[in-house]
Amino acid sequence: MSVLGRLERLDRRWIFLAMFLVVSGPILYMGLTGKLFPEKVTATTQSVFDAVEAVPPGERVLFAFDFDPASAGELQPMATQLLRHCAARKLRVVCIALWPLGNNLAEDTITEVIHADFPQMRDGVDYVNLGFQAGQEQLMTLLTTNFRKGFPVDQRGRDTADLEILEGVRSVTDFPLLIDVGAGFPGSKEWVQYVVTGSGGKLRMVAGTTGVSTPQLIPYYPHQLAGILAGMKGAAEYESLVNAKIGGTPPPRYLEAQRRMGPQLFGHLLLVALIVLGNVIHFTRKARAAA
Amino acid sequence: MLVGAVLGLARGAAAEGEAESSDPELPAFHEQRLPLAAWTLGIGLATLVFVFRSRRGKPPVIRRLAALDAVDEAIGRATEMGRPVLFVPGIMDMNDIQTVAGVTLLGRVARTAAEYDAQVEVPTSRSLVMEAARDAVQSACLAAGRPEAYQPDRVHYVTDEQFAYVAHVTGSMVRERPAACFLMGTFYGESLILAETGNHVGAIQIAGTGETSQLPFFVAACDYTLIGEEFFVASAYLSGEPDQLGSVQAQDAAKIAVIAFVVIGTLVATAAVIWADAAWLHETSDFLRSAVGARP
Amino acid sequence: MIARQAVPLAIAIGAGLLMAVSYFLRPLGWMSESASEIFNVVSAIAFVLGAGSLLKANLSTISRRDRGWGYAAVTLGAFLVTLVVGMGKMGVNPSPSSPQAAWSGDQQTAETPFGWIYEFVLSPLSATMFALLAFFVASAAFRAFRAKNAGAAVLLVTAFVVLLGRTYAGVVLTDWMPGWASGLRLENLSNYLMGVFGSAGNRAILIGIALGVAATSLRILLGLDRSWLSREGGG
Repeated sequence: MSVLGRLERLDRRWIFLAMFLVVSGPILYMGLTGKLFPEKVTATTQSVFDAVEAVPPGERVLFAFDFDPASAGELQPMATQLLRHCAARKLRVVCIALWPLGNNLAEDTITEVIHADFPQMRDGVDYVNLGFQAGQEQLMTLLTTNFRKGFPVDQRGRDTADLEILEGVRSVTDFPLLIDVGAGFPGSKEWVQYVVTGSGGKLRMVAGTTGVSTPQLIPYYPHQLAGILAGMKGAAEYESLVNAKIGGTPPPRYLEAQRRMGPQLFGHLLLVALIVLGNVIHFTRKARAAA
Repeated sequence: MLVGAVLGLARGAAAEGEAESSDPELPAFHEQRLPLAAWTLGIGLATLVFVFRSRRGKPPVIRRLAALDAVDEAIGRATEMGRPVLFVPGIMDMNDIQTVAGVTLLGRVARTAAEYDAQVEVPTSRSLVMEAARDAVQSACLAAGRPEAYQPDRVHYVTDEQFAYVAHVTGSMVRERPAACFLMGTFYGESLILAETGNHVGAIQIAGTGETSQLPFFVAACDYTLIGEEFFVASAYLSGEPDQLGSVQAQDAAKIAVIAFVVIGTLVATAAVIWADAAWLHETSDFLRSAVGARP
Repeated sequence: MIARQAVPLAIAIGAGLLMAVSYFLRPLGWMSESASEIFNVVSAIAFVLGAGSLLKANLSTISRRDRGWGYAAVTLGAFLVTLVVGMGKMGVNPSPSSPQAAWSGDQQTAETPFGWIYEFVLSPLSATMFALLAFFVASAAFRAFRAKNAGAAVLLVTAFVVLLGRTYAGVVLTDWMPGWASGLRLENLSNYLMGVFGSAGNRAILIGIALGVAATSLRILLGLDRSWLSREGGG
């Protein structure tokens, strides 16, 4: 069989192997050497950073963890940095989850960031995890009219009416900023449609989302969405901004997004190469058929 | 008893303190939702007008949708090959309108399959969807005059977990090698995994979804794709009923109104920038912005 | 037969219209507040049906020794173990606030068997399945992305710009460009393509979908489309 014929009938497992190699190589190299690519910050990421900076210290922020372990590889680094940024700005953070497994990720993020680096923050006063509630977009609508009915108790089983951090909160619009890290439904799109749009501009929102979901959120930027962290690149840019603001040498757990840009670079290069190869085969075959 | 439970829940909700909905100082109408109410009412009225018009003998003509015309071909192929037809109604629950649209199309697929004596496998990721899908398939078999073709076990629940469901469906695709795959409903990250696996096993694939982020994957890996609104029109298209076709015409009328609104809004906003001193232009621009719920 | 169709239709029409109205009227806000609770209760009941279906389907596969029956056995084993561990709250310690209640503690930490299953079984398996996307994207790109006509060629060039612009490759390849041509740097071009052309197309499709959703919902609310009702479907 000719080279062209072989390439045309290429077993897709060779492609899988190539992807495995080009991704695992940079993971190992960057993990061992600690080398990172510098990040150029895009406008959508800068807007997220500015939106968090614009909230005065001591104000409350609502943080929705609408993802699960499947997409945590892409979304966890941005969730970590968003919570870290809020904590560094002395904002009071109310965490919620509309995905069942988002609750575990909220707990993990609180442990990783607040318990480790901001031990002075008090549970129920400076931060709280209200846990998971079912109801999806109906719950979102409920939060616009009766926040505490949506979350009657927190993750530890405490009545939310007794929590200092929720004093005076009647509706989701009593938070100046909503941060949503979401991987799908219910997620950022539903928050925009059911909550932000109906708030008449009272509630600002920023979103962190997977690369594949980003195009469907861009139409909402910059009005309904004040900023977007677009996939791993958005996370890496935001990570570099937060690290620069906080200063010092960040521990490896605060460099996760930038480290993952290496595998992403080589993965994208392989995709370009595969598309080119596919087209070379296509046009060669066409030329031979014409001849 | 159910009504009592519902009313009990309602009273409980109304009785709880600090709810914005029970605050007597706030007006009864959500004033910031007025634009949305106006649009909803407009679309509702347009639907009624076009439905009545269609009933009076003026049903609209809808262009042919290749994806729906290919349904018979795909099921015929499955019958010839003696292989099953796989129908995936998305991964969301029955409260998602795309799932409702998917289950409606399942009825049509199951009816043709019953007529051709082909087997339809429907793995679902929600229990309620399984129940609705069973109803749809049973009804389709009855309508096809072959009630014995209905096998409830072929419509089964797998798991709510997104990727565990994908693992099951792709594994089943590789083992059973369906001749035709229908992917109709709400899909997220799993869309390409399902479509590529279907492509790998050589199935004819017809997809339909309203999830814009997944459309490129379906277009790349499937033979036919119902894109966005085509997917929602499909049930009306297949029914051929004047009432349903009339509602499709209302949808088009609303689209024309939206396009006109976008064009006028763009012109006014641009003019307001060019002639910055013209106060009436700014007022009109602000009014149009507020009419779509945006901040002026 | 009439009750089988008329009752669900009346519930759908009545509840749907009331829910729509309650979104705009504050005094009716309790309706949407209660709707999520009612839906959760119904879904929880339906879980029993789902579990029954899961057991039946997998037990049939095992008893018939169908192809892949081993997987069915693994599924059943995992289902039963998780069910017993989770519902039995095995290994959960009382919470500090209610030390007298034996099972009042949190079972979502990795110290409990249920938490362990989440942390060390579910999380890595989910992440693995999601990661498979990278392999499938590569395979699809090689097989399906052809410049068959002018439109497809434009799409191809756009894909290259976005793929390279979303990584450091964009900076390396085009950072030499002078300031006045900075808009042509790959990272900026990529953002421009996504923000202008991509966004315009997305908006158009989104508006179409939104109207499609509204029309479909109205068809159901007005009782024009009854194909979702038992013994009415079949296209």
